[in-house]
Amino acid sequence: MGAVVGTLTLQTRQRRPSNDKFYDDLELSVVCHRPEGLEQLEAQTNFSKKELQVLYRGFKNECPSGVVNEDMFKQIYSQFFPHGDASTYAHYLFNSFDSSQNGSIKFEDFVAALSILLRGTTTEKLQWTFNLYDINRDGYINKEEMTDIVKAIYDMMGRFTYPALKTDTTKQHVDAFFQKMDKNRDGVVTLDEFILSCQEDENIMRSLQLFENVI
Amino acid sequence: MAAGVATWLPFARAAAVGWLPLAKKTMPKPPVDKKSRNDEILFVNVSGLRFQTWKNTLDRYPDTLLGSSEKEFFYNEDTQEYFFDRDPEMFRHILNFYRTGKLHYPKQECIQAFDEELAFYGIVPDIIGDCCMEEYRDRKKENQERLAEDTEAENATDTPLPPDSTSRERLWRAFENPHTSTMALVFYYVTGFFIAVSVIANVVETVPCRPPKGSKKDLPCGEKYTLAFFCMDTACVLIFTFEYLMRLFAAPSRCKFMRSVMSVIDVVAIMPYYIGLVMPENEDVSGAFVTLRVFRVFRIFKFSRHSQGLRILGYTLKSCASELGFLLFSLTMAIIIFATVMFYAEKGTKGTNFTSIPASFWYTIVTMTTLGYGDMVPNTIAGKIFGSICSLSGVLVIALPVPVIVSNFSRIYHQNQRADKMRAQQKVRLARIRLAKKGTTNAFLQYKEEGGFQGRGSDNALCLKNRSSFEHQHHHLLHCLEKTTNHEFTDELTFSEMCMTESVGYRTSRSTSISSQQGVSTSCCPRRAKRRAIRLANSTVSVSRGSVQELDTLQVHKTSSGPQSRSSLNARTEDLKLNCEDRDFTAAIISIPTPPANTPDESLPPSPAIPGILRNSRPTSFTHETVKISSL
Repeated sequence: MGAVVGTLTLQTRQRRPSNDKFYDDLELSVVCHRPEGLEQLEAQTNFSKKELQVLYRGFKNECPSGVVNEDMFKQIYSQFFPHGDASTYAHYLFNSFDSSQNGSIKFEDFVAALSILLRGTTTEKLQWTFNLYDINRDGYINKEEMTDIVKAIYDMMGRFTYPALKTDTTKQHVDAFFQKMDKNRDGVVTLDEFILSCQEDENIMRSLQLFENVI
Repeated sequence: MAAGVATWLPFARAAAVGWLPLAKKTMPKPPVDKKSRNDEILFVNVSGLRFQTWKNTLDRYPDTLLGSSEKEFFYNEDTQEYFFDRDPEMFRHILNFYRTGKLHYPKQECIQAFDEELAFYGIVPDIIGDCCMEEYRDRKKENQERLAEDTEAENATDTPLPPDSTSRERLWRAFENPHTSTMALVFYYVTGFFIAVSVIANVVETVPCRPPKGSKKDLPCGEKYTLAFFCMDTACVLIFTFEYLMRLFAAPSRCKFMRSVMSVIDVVAIMPYYIGLVMPENEDVSGAFVTLRVFRVFRIFKFSRHSQGLRILGYTLKSCASELGFLLFSLTMAIIIFATVMFYAEKGTKGTNFTSIPASFWYTIVTMTTLGYGDMVPNTIAGKIFGSICSLSGVLVIALPVPVIVSNFSRIYHQNQRADKMRAQQKVRLARIRLAKKGTTNAFLQYKEEGGFQGRGSDNALCLKNRSSFEHQHHHLLHCLEKTTNHEFTDELTFSEMCMTESVGYRTSRSTSISSQQGVSTSCCPRRAKRRAIRLANSTVSVSRGSVQELDTLQVHKTSSGPQSRSSLNARTEDLKLNCEDRDFTAAIISIPTPPANTPDESLPPSPAIPGILRNSRPTSFTHETVKISSL
């Protein structure tokens, strides 16, 4: 009989701490961020008021708290690439979007990046791309960074590709890239080399215009 | 795809700018978004109740009525609104689904009406949010069961047997469902009657009858009318044996049948009789024989075949076994404790009943269950004190676990139901996600095959299947990725085939000539391109002439960079047709040849279109070769 009473009391004692934890968590999760005014955003970016409205409505619907954190971002981006693993590339993309490097993207960051990518000049777009590739933000793209980026892109393709991915596909791609971009053969690509090389390439210049009408 | 994904697609596409410097080939042209990009407010009138929503909200789910062009059928030109003659109260929930991405089930509505509304608006009920899912499933199951009962009651007696069932299957069915045929019903009642007779005979056998003449002692009826009872017993056992053998014969899986509870009960019910027959009339073993006759009472369990309630009770006890075990264990502990205490308390008393601890068990049990027979009572003061503590705690020990068991049982039962539902829902959800993933993959691959990448000419829009702009843009994005990495998406089947053929084709690739190099990478293409050609020929897609021009420009690239000329390519075609084993020929060549000769399907549309289709199916392989050659 004592055992019965003992086991019953043991169970109730275990349940109490979890209740407190629940209320603690409840308090912490209410975080909200509001963007600056519509006029300010319109001045800062190349979007019109209507476009900003449409963008914000979609953004707010998805993230009522006003910020996107990295996990959510990875999840969203992975939905577009069901074949492979988009998480690594999403990580790099997140870092390039997150201008304040605080682990979350606000609406202003989101809109600023979109403004560059869709409405910016080619130089701005190339600059953004350079920043994306330059993982450690030191102003140079070296082979390791490029290999990481290329590998992340190939990861998005998944396993079932035609032709099949070989072990040195990534390396070949990186070497080809450096061949083209690294003018002075010093093993790193600077911003100027990058912009210059891209401007020489007709295909790249033409492709940059493709995404104008995405919004 | 999920709702919010549509919001993020423009952003994902913009991020594709990051691939551009790395791209090995030029990016494809994006799809032209013909409709106005400005969002507008739509008016939806549902039986007089006017709703307003953004067009984008409805476009989130393009495979529903409101998200696709199907709603145009309901557009009223005069009032510039979409009119639906449906339940306005339900529409609120439907619209909320578009807004929030979660479908909620209104608890006060009829489940069938809700299902009908969902079916009308093209929404799959599986997307009901977790908060309302349990209620929805419960109500749905209840409704289904009610319907099932009704239909079962209707056609319970006239379920037709499949005409080609063997007599064995029919027999089994007759045993399991006695209502199917009159013979089975008769047999069912007969066995039930005999079970009752057997049980009653067992009982009456022990009742004392009037003694026969000349004897004073009362005899039990069993010994007075030995023959009568023996005959009755024999008859019952014969019937039971016959029934058991018939069931054994008819059972679809004999091992499983022999292991089932009911068959064990059957065996236990009839074995004592046979053992009794076999055993000699020996004084020594007759005691054991008498014990065996006890097992005849198990015949009463045979009633559980006839009673649903008994089966449910048995299942309940089985599922509650751990709780019952716990009760038993705690009772045992208490009994041992108190019995020990009482024994030592009463040890000194003269002529006490508490002769040993096991003897005290009886006292403890009787006291704790508040029976109190009074055959054993403590005499010492200490004994009386402990006896009273024993009876008080007995109430607690018995009373406490019982509600715990009852509530446990209720909780476990409901939890089990919920867990099963959750598991089923999870399985469905995962399957749906997997299917959606495969669907997007397949959609993209199919899109490629149908040559959906021209983006030129207005008649293309009509030719290609009705695809939402979202899908167009998503496919364009995936195509950009393909161009960046210079690899294509394929499905698992082709990939595994390729791996097999490549492992063979590699052996022939040692030479550095262009043709064999190409052969390595496209060694399996003959089959694949041919299959694609067949598939394309069977589809009804027609491609405009513009595509052929595009290919001509590509071919110019090829002829300028490589030693092959167009005429030589054509010449090779003939060779290829004859010996397909030779892996030196490229896939590109295969897509040019005279199509009627290669494809088995004779019902092809006139030739100018076909070369276009076939050529277009492999533009990527063309440019692939171009790049390959230049990289040498």
